[in-house]
Amino acid sequence: MSDQSLTLQENIVEAFQQQQAVQIIGGNTKFFYGRTPSGKPLNVSEHSGITNYEPTELVITARGGTKLSEIESLLAENNQMLAFEPPYFGKTATLGGTIACNLSGPRRPYAGAARDYVLGITLLNGKGEILHFGGEVMKNVAGYDVSRLMAGAMGTMGILLEISLKVLPCSDDECTLIKELDEASALKSIAHYSRKALPISASLYDGNKLYIRLCGTSQSVAKAKQKIGGDTLPAKDNFWQIISEHRHAFFNSDMPLWRLSVAPNTRPLRLDGKSLLDWGGAQRWLLSEEPIEKIQHVVEKEGGHAVLFRNGDHDGEVFQVLPEKMLHIHRELKRAFDPESILNPGRMYKVL
Amino acid sequence: MLNKADLLLALQKILAAASVLHEAEDLHPYECDGLSAYRKLPLVVVLPESIDQVQAILRLCYKHDVPVVARGAGTGLSGGALPLENGVLLSLAKFKNIIEIDPDNRTARVQPGVRNVAISQACAKHNLYYAPDPSSQIACTIGGNVAENSGGVHCLKYGLTVHNIAQLKVVTMDGELITIGGSGLDSPGYDLLALMTGSEGMLGVIVEVNVKLLPIPQRAQVILAAFDDVEKAGAAVGNIIAKGIIPAGLEMMDTLAIKAAEDFVHAGYPVEAAAILLCEVDGTNEDVSEHIMSVREILKNSGATEIRTAKDEAERLSFWKGRKAAFPAVGRISPDYYCMDGTIPRKSLPLVLKSISDMSTEYNLRVANVFHAGDGNLHPLILYDANIPGELERTEEFGGRILELCVEVGGTITGEHGVGMEKINQMCVQFNTQELQQFHAVKAAFDEKGLLNPGKAVPTLHRCAELGAMHVHNGELPFPELERF
Repeated sequence: MSDQSLTLQENIVEAFQQQQAVQIIGGNTKFFYGRTPSGKPLNVSEHSGITNYEPTELVITARGGTKLSEIESLLAENNQMLAFEPPYFGKTATLGGTIACNLSGPRRPYAGAARDYVLGITLLNGKGEILHFGGEVMKNVAGYDVSRLMAGAMGTMGILLEISLKVLPCSDDECTLIKELDEASALKSIAHYSRKALPISASLYDGNKLYIRLCGTSQSVAKAKQKIGGDTLPAKDNFWQIISEHRHAFFNSDMPLWRLSVAPNTRPLRLDGKSLLDWGGAQRWLLSEEPIEKIQHVVEKEGGHAVLFRNGDHDGEVFQVLPEKMLHIHRELKRAFDPESILNPGRMYKVL
Repeated sequence: MLNKADLLLALQKILAAASVLHEAEDLHPYECDGLSAYRKLPLVVVLPESIDQVQAILRLCYKHDVPVVARGAGTGLSGGALPLENGVLLSLAKFKNIIEIDPDNRTARVQPGVRNVAISQACAKHNLYYAPDPSSQIACTIGGNVAENSGGVHCLKYGLTVHNIAQLKVVTMDGELITIGGSGLDSPGYDLLALMTGSEGMLGVIVEVNVKLLPIPQRAQVILAAFDDVEKAGAAVGNIIAKGIIPAGLEMMDTLAIKAAEDFVHAGYPVEAAAILLCEVDGTNEDVSEHIMSVREILKNSGATEIRTAKDEAERLSFWKGRKAAFPAVGRISPDYYCMDGTIPRKSLPLVLKSISDMSTEYNLRVANVFHAGDGNLHPLILYDANIPGELERTEEFGGRILELCVEVGGTITGEHGVGMEKINQMCVQFNTQELQQFHAVKAAFDEKGLLNPGKAVPTLHRCAELGAMHVHNGELPFPELERF
């Protein structure tokens, strides 16, 4: 647990001067995500430590290499949480990697994504400059929102040295309801309940059953339980964590795993394979051998996008193809932060 | 650049003659936005009504290097829509259709000129609403809300504009139409949706917005608490949050603001109080009942001298009426007022209020404080009279010092109103040279010619360097005859 900013800065300045591509590594839990990494490994996990936590200000600030588990256990001691329920994909997961990938768990459709909780960052850009954007306050519109821009940028524009996040209190009570339904009825049901003032914090369809999680005061959860009905899932099952961490039986496959992001109420997609619908239908996991072109085409027609998440070919493109003008803006932005293209080049798109 | 006559001719080929304004009398309504201290007549005002027309206008301006300033309802408080005398003012006022409401996906697709409150009104029949509610919501438009990342009184729980939109259609300076975001909850590539939100018209012109909608809470309840000491009121806010309650709204007003609001709308505020807190909780019936009990208890233990729970919806609205009317109320007790918009960590509130009070004495200008206490967003209103020579200048200097203080305690110069023209000098305090250069590089990635709203939001390094020299004199600026913003 120490401040390695200056060492990391030296590394990047040298890489910048030598035009040496760098592969940023935190806990190495998300090595599978994006395109196959290349470049000289730069481990940032030593740059760790929680630097500020003020429960009543609802803010925590930590260095990028800080273990997610360390952050979540400190928050839990204070009955608070990261409301986007980040998946870990391994014990060593770091805060920097989590934000760089913008990965969020089951609560996402009801509470927001990782990016929604980012308040500020300290960034080491591709020129070796250490820059601060945003801060530790809830509202801040001074300058462009570079902090949130970095969420999901996969380290291609900078190394996240320090991140400030908004945190929220844990709810008093929680319960998960199950109902057996077909896919169309499950989606209809989710749409129906999501329009009501109910304390829903997750909803999922596994191919047979609809799962709805409720979070709130005990009274509020009890009342909603009555309204929705169905069987109650025992809490000890850790169902949502198993889903979030891809330890559910569905994910136990060597087939290419696709993540499809579409409007929640999108009708069942015509793609071969097996699917699981999380985020109330807005995040659909698909195990399929269908070609990338077909998957992306089908999803794009619904206004969504698809990413090859695990397995399959990660040497080619894995994210949805961008329209020409958008790709141009992406390349210009990358150049604005990383003119020599040394930071995780090609990790997101071949040309970034 | 084209001369004015040629530019007008070219614009009239794109738009009907009535949609190209160029006579001084037609231009005057556009000379300023909500920050009326700064005024300038644009070269020409255009009022397109289709995306094709916006594209054609921008293509033309791009080709001939004509700067463009986009404008919504003109309610902005930082001069972001201040025209340029050599530029085109692009009004989106004719884009006022709600294109589609999709209740099952809880989104609405709207044109940028739709008023904020009109979205919630149109969606009410589906039991849905659009959460961000800036005080100007009856007039301000969604396009401007996106450009400024507008907030309101419910941000702590429901977030800012950036948290409540799903997709944008944007025309870039070279006239290309791009779609940012998507139908799902995220989109491929970089988070340009976040970057575009709050970019103050510097990166592109927003021509369509998909907003996210939320179910209308089953119930909302508000408590009014009076305190004989501002510090106690500030501590009470921390105590509520420490108990694990996130109020939908949590507002504070100080004596002067309370008195002004009470005189104006007779909300029944306790005028002798040093501060009042308005705490609203919403959600299910059960959540609200439980939380309102806890909040009462916390406020009592935090030393509130009086606690009132609104007994019905009429009283709840009356409690809010005073707060929502605070700005115009202050307008009644002073010929002019100047609204600041800093954000601070809440724990610094007593220190910041004390310093503002000291400076108020020093500058001999009264200040009323209205505070989004839940999220630390402070709106000191400096009372002045523009007709007294030198008073506006003194006010601006005072305001500038408040913002610098906000930065000093770890906050920011603007929580929700934007930098625009007004706070451009304070940007030099909040950001260093490299950070400002990074901002300029971001702009260049979208607008390499620098034609969209030039001179706003991000100061040139030259400007900051000059200002740095000024700062040495600590308030006593050299060359006072020079025009300053």
